[in-house]
Amino acid sequence: MNIVVCVKQIPDPAAPQSLDPSTYNLDRSGKLILDEADTYGVEMALQLRDKAGAGEVTVVSMGSAADLSGIRNALAMGADKAVVVSDDALRGTDALGTAKVLAAAIKPLGADLVLCAVESSDGYTGTVPVQLAELLGLPAVTFAKAVTVENGTVSVNRQTEAGYDEVTSPLPAVVTVTAGVVEPRYASFKGIMAAKSKPVDQKSIADLGLASVAGNANAGQKITALVAAETRQAGEKHVDDGDGADKIVAFLESIKVL
Amino acid sequence: MSLNTVWVIAEPANGAISSTSLELLSHAKKLGATVSAITWGANGASLAAQAGEYGATTLYDAGDLGGALAGAPVASAIAALVASAGKPDAILIPSSPDGRDIAGRLSVKLDTGVLTNVTGLTAEGVAEHQIFGGTQVASSAFTAGGPGLFVIRAKSFVAEAAGGAAASVQAIAAGDLGATNGAKVIAVHVEERQGPKLADASVVVSGGRGLGEASAYSLVEEIATLLKGASGASRAIVDAGWVPYAKQVGQTGQTVKPDVYVACGISGATQHMVGMKGSKTIVAVNKDPDAPIFQIADLGIVGDVHKVLPALIEKLKSR
Repeated sequence: MNIVVCVKQIPDPAAPQSLDPSTYNLDRSGKLILDEADTYGVEMALQLRDKAGAGEVTVVSMGSAADLSGIRNALAMGADKAVVVSDDALRGTDALGTAKVLAAAIKPLGADLVLCAVESSDGYTGTVPVQLAELLGLPAVTFAKAVTVENGTVSVNRQTEAGYDEVTSPLPAVVTVTAGVVEPRYASFKGIMAAKSKPVDQKSIADLGLASVAGNANAGQKITALVAAETRQAGEKHVDDGDGADKIVAFLESIKVL
Repeated sequence: MSLNTVWVIAEPANGAISSTSLELLSHAKKLGATVSAITWGANGASLAAQAGEYGATTLYDAGDLGGALAGAPVASAIAALVASAGKPDAILIPSSPDGRDIAGRLSVKLDTGVLTNVTGLTAEGVAEHQIFGGTQVASSAFTAGGPGLFVIRAKSFVAEAAGGAAASVQAIAAGDLGATNGAKVIAVHVEERQGPKLADASVVVSGGRGLGEASAYSLVEEIATLLKGASGASRAIVDAGWVPYAKQVGQTGQTVKPDVYVACGISGATQHMVGMKGSKTIVAVNKDPDAPIFQIADLGIVGDVHKVLPALIEKLKSR
């Protein structure tokens, strides 16, 4: 089974984040890491490939090629190869443009299954996977918390606001996975060494014939202003000395919850 | 772009229009727009009275989807409606799993962008988003022809019945869906819960990684019950499988705005804060004095949840 996993290298979410004040693009100048949300899709793909006993896992990404350590991380986990679409003109590309770029990169790969995270941990737009499915003419099952594949059908437990639905779809299909669908492995030393020689196919948007979708100028929407949110004032902070519960009860009484 | 004509996705939920969709209908009406609702399902037409009450004059009904996930058929039916009835200025979509599926498909069909995680919207079509865990507010707008697709978070607006007459029902139909309609729901599981719904409760007690182990979550549930509230959770313990997703509060979970939010063993990752910082008051118990949750807590207890929570349970029981 051939599986494509869409991944993204993002600024470390633990570090302070900011928007460039002139373009309102996310500042990506610091070190980039593989989005943790994507590690679940990579792990899921590796398990499905190994269970099928044949096929390849290809990670596909759009973004800067200056630092590919996040992509190498996915390869070190066990993915077979990578396709990275990288082009200065892509800076500021919106979700729909990103989906068009990824669709063009994925189409020639003949994937049975395309896995994505529900949403990235930097932009949280969460629309690219379904846009991708529509562009590829495929069914999509989003918010998967369990995924199995048998006889050309993918079965998914799909999170809903009330619980979950059992959903089935013929392959090929796009599936978005939640964190917790599987426990991602750590790359082994052997995996890290092997990743260094795995193929990373770098493409420009000219290679894909997609110059018209790229960049801020072709985005269908823009940020027009940015202000600091109203801040909540921190109230009383009390170190528990056996009286923490009393403090809470008194507080609940003061706001008439008790 | 003034929002004169607005369509709202009226997502069916338990035989009625979902609470988030009602919030969107109310807000569209408040902006002074001519509002139409779009729904689907075996009993779609039965929602006409409620759609009208919340401000819609027309209810477009895509009908029974035959078990298919809503994304592909509903987006296709809306695209066909745009082709026949003309473009609305905006389409408001609830930020639910099905709503987000519809938005993604529709964006491609209409070749227009999507604004997601919207928490405010003006009559001029300027959307508001809480970014970086709600520390900054970004405004955004569509630059191309539209319609503007706005995917809006729950609880961004207040649902208010305007008392209108039942909406007139018009059937709409999807075009040829090809392979895109392949995903079918074969079984629905509703996770059991006791007490009020998380989204509606006036008291929410949530637990996080600081509880240490899954069994300690029972402390959180007990306090929630004693306070006649609902129990919630951070993403970390949902991912760890301690509690079901239906309890998750935050960016990828539910947005809550209770009178009091009690955070137990939750450090306050931005992912969590964005779902609860609109609470009227916040109480936090955490052993790390530098936990970010204390920056927004009205009362912060620096202490061990395994000591503070059992003591709190005793005190509440003895009242």
